[in-house]
Amino acid sequence: MTEKEIYDKLETIINTYLPEDVSKNAIQADSDLTKELNINSSHLVDIVLDVEDTFNIALTNEDMEKLHTVKDAIFIIQSKLI
Amino acid sequence: MNKEDIIAQLPYSKPFLFVDLLEKVSENGVIGSYTFRNDEMFYSGHFKDFPITPGVILTECMAQIGLVCLGIFLQNNLISNTENSPSFHFALASSEVEFFKPVYPKEKVLVTSELVYFRFQKLKCNVKMENSKGQLVCKGVLSGMILKE
Repeated sequence: MTEKEIYDKLETIINTYLPEDVSKNAIQADSDLTKELNINSSHLVDIVLDVEDTFNIALTNEDMEKLHTVKDAIFIIQSKLI
Repeated sequence: MNKEDIIAQLPYSKPFLFVDLLEKVSENGVIGSYTFRNDEMFYSGHFKDFPITPGVILTECMAQIGLVCLGIFLQNNLISNTENSPSFHFALASSEVEFFKPVYPKEKVLVTSELVYFRFQKLKCNVKMENSKGQLVCKGVLSGMILKE
């Protein structure tokens, strides 16, 4: 799977949990999921669970601690897909 | 961890504690009960001259038994081997509840919660409440976060 394919799928997942006052255009590689996109801790878990289902991978608590930005998520997904 | 320990660790007190007794606790869920007192603070205003337990209080009762009691049990299982258990607090994340029967003062309700998942500190449960006749009072899906200090 290319990075673009991963990004597109991830963007769709994140968009589901964006607060109403944050537009889809705000999702950038550097975006901090909680601090900039205003995703709460509960929806961050929802995103991770959706990522697990979509990419058929499993994330650990350590992965979760490293997950801050969209780029972090792509890196974690890539490392699991190898 | 026994049932009394769990109740002792609840972060609520009067007039906002809605757990009397836990009948069963396991990794998969809890069963607990609460009897609404005649003089609960909200009865004087809900409704005027016609006391009925508010739906938000029934939801709160389901959350305290179904989410927080189970959360304390699961969290303590995770950290049972460490000497100093870190303190944590609870935040309700979402609730979707349907209501079927009214609950009047002095009624006892039984809350049954079944774990859907507990991952990355998020706890999600299917929860139902029954009255003393075994009739379904309300049911729904509740989720909350267990936040470490």
